[in-house]
Amino acid sequence: MTGVAPGILESKILGNEQIAREIYRMTLEYEGGENEIKPGQFVNLYLNDKSMILPRPVSICKVENNRLTLVYRVVGKGTEALSSYAPGDSIRVSTPLGNGYDVTDIARRLGTECTKTIVLAAGGLGVPPMIELAKSLRKAIAGTTDIPHAADSVNEAAPFLTVDMAAANKKLIAVIGFQDEVFLSEELEQYCDSVLVATDNGSRGFHGNVLELIKTAGDPGDYYLACGPKPMLKAVADYCVEKDIPIQVSLEERMGCGYGACVGCTCKIKEENDTEVPFKLKKVCKDGPVFRGNEVVWDD
Amino acid sequence: MISFHKNQKSAGSNADCDLDLRVTIAGVTLDNPVTTASGTFSAKESGAFYDINELGAVITKGVSLEPWDGNPTPRIAEAYGGMLNAVGLQNPGVDAFIRDELPYLKSFKTKVIVNVAGKTKDEYCRAVEKLSETDADMLEINISCPNIKEGGISFGADTAMAADITKAVKRISTKPILMKLTPNVTDIAEIARVVEAEGADGISLINTLLGMKIDIYKKKPVLWNRMGGLSGPVVKPVAVRMVYQVRRAVKIPVIGLGGIMTGEDAVEFFMAGADVISIGTAALVDPQAPVRIKRELIDFMKNNGYKNLQEIRDALL
Repeated sequence: MTGVAPGILESKILGNEQIAREIYRMTLEYEGGENEIKPGQFVNLYLNDKSMILPRPVSICKVENNRLTLVYRVVGKGTEALSSYAPGDSIRVSTPLGNGYDVTDIARRLGTECTKTIVLAAGGLGVPPMIELAKSLRKAIAGTTDIPHAADSVNEAAPFLTVDMAAANKKLIAVIGFQDEVFLSEELEQYCDSVLVATDNGSRGFHGNVLELIKTAGDPGDYYLACGPKPMLKAVADYCVEKDIPIQVSLEERMGCGYGACVGCTCKIKEENDTEVPFKLKKVCKDGPVFRGNEVVWDD
Repeated sequence: MISFHKNQKSAGSNADCDLDLRVTIAGVTLDNPVTTASGTFSAKESGAFYDINELGAVITKGVSLEPWDGNPTPRIAEAYGGMLNAVGLQNPGVDAFIRDELPYLKSFKTKVIVNVAGKTKDEYCRAVEKLSETDADMLEINISCPNIKEGGISFGADTAMAADITKAVKRISTKPILMKLTPNVTDIAEIARVVEAEGADGISLINTLLGMKIDIYKKKPVLWNRMGGLSGPVVKPVAVRMVYQVRRAVKIPVIGLGGIMTGEDAVEFFMAGADVISIGTAALVDPQAPVRIKRELIDFMKNNGYKNLQEIRDALL
């Protein structure tokens, strides 16, 4: 983190539109560059109505050209108020919080022959952070190979988009699940080789859940990155642990402060090399929200 | 026991203006009266947002004899103008605290007040004994937390028990002792009088008010612990009233807290009789709140012609 000092900024709302039932996309002016943000981080949004004093943590969907894109679901009075804010309004927003996905680890593994296919597994509101993550991974893949671009299609502004993935023998696949209505799949297609969609009610794509779709697709991944509801995360993590495939998961918990002071959002983590205790209590907001899937102790 | 500095020229005062923010309680001089409420400050995390040297003192999270895991989640819920917490005093235990956290806290010029929690009198005393051998500046005894499920009624809700625990920790401690009182009592002044009589060097109040929130759609309490401590601006009038009552009941210093969100809120506590104030929930909402509130307090004093804290305390008609 450089440039913007940690704290709360006053930011202008550039857009705030509904993209699916209960799902909204808010775009904010953001003076910090995209290099200051790690995929999987979140920001705290502060409401104008001071009777709702706690910030609303929202995952970062995308950062581009000094614009921060956030996608949130209206689940209560606070997010309902958020959905009523209009472009031109200002909103108080924290600088990025939490530890995002460890892209460095993936980049390192991509440099070796054995990691070829990365799978982004996401459900519902776990899908938005996959956009920035997919972009970062695409850049990581471009950065770890000498594979040229297809000569006639170099994207000068964003060369990582036109790197020849097939020639690099690397693949980025998104497997995303929804209850019924699908959102952000087109955005993901921009960065992924393929986007597989599952819906619980079968209204679009595969009829079933994310893990079932992964299996149906022939167990494609040798590195998984997941975000979504806890049962889904646990299922995908168990699947990866069984197959001895690395996985990072982004956890969710009711938060107070969002920066590690209140110790409201804890989870149980069993570190791989720690044999002394059955688990350690970690802060989802500060130590996470992204953890190694094989280290999470899942409570029922 | 309490002395407000009346603008003597000496190092440590705010040389850039005519204000004197220093306050001495139980023989310990704080550069300014702004402190952090227990459970809302973490050196590493809070220190990322401001210079800890700006604070008069830090009051640490509750430290217990043995490590405590705290409650399962959810531990946090929002309430109208406030929040409920049922963290359950998760902490690494006094030995780990002394080894891993205290040295870092002591690297600042800010005074360090260590908050102590316990489930039995013996636990309190043994933790106090260990902390007495450190360079902590003061101890604050949490006899009020409603989150711990063991033991039923809290020490601070019963006059005889409050007196007994005060006497016990005072006998052992080599550090000044602040007793942190629970507001969940019928007569706060009576509790204040007995802890003063047993030798407490100061009183902090208020701890959180016991509350509850129910999710009417899921038909169950929002917090795993069912009940939790209510804090934030919603409790401020209760806190101001109790500080006012306790100030008139005892002579020892009073640390006032409960819903202070602005410098003007802080002034209200001083006028009610507080010597020092703590910032809690405000710091969870805005990490920089303690330094902002200190700045706002200075602005208020300048704009309204107060030169030191004693003048504010004497101002109430």
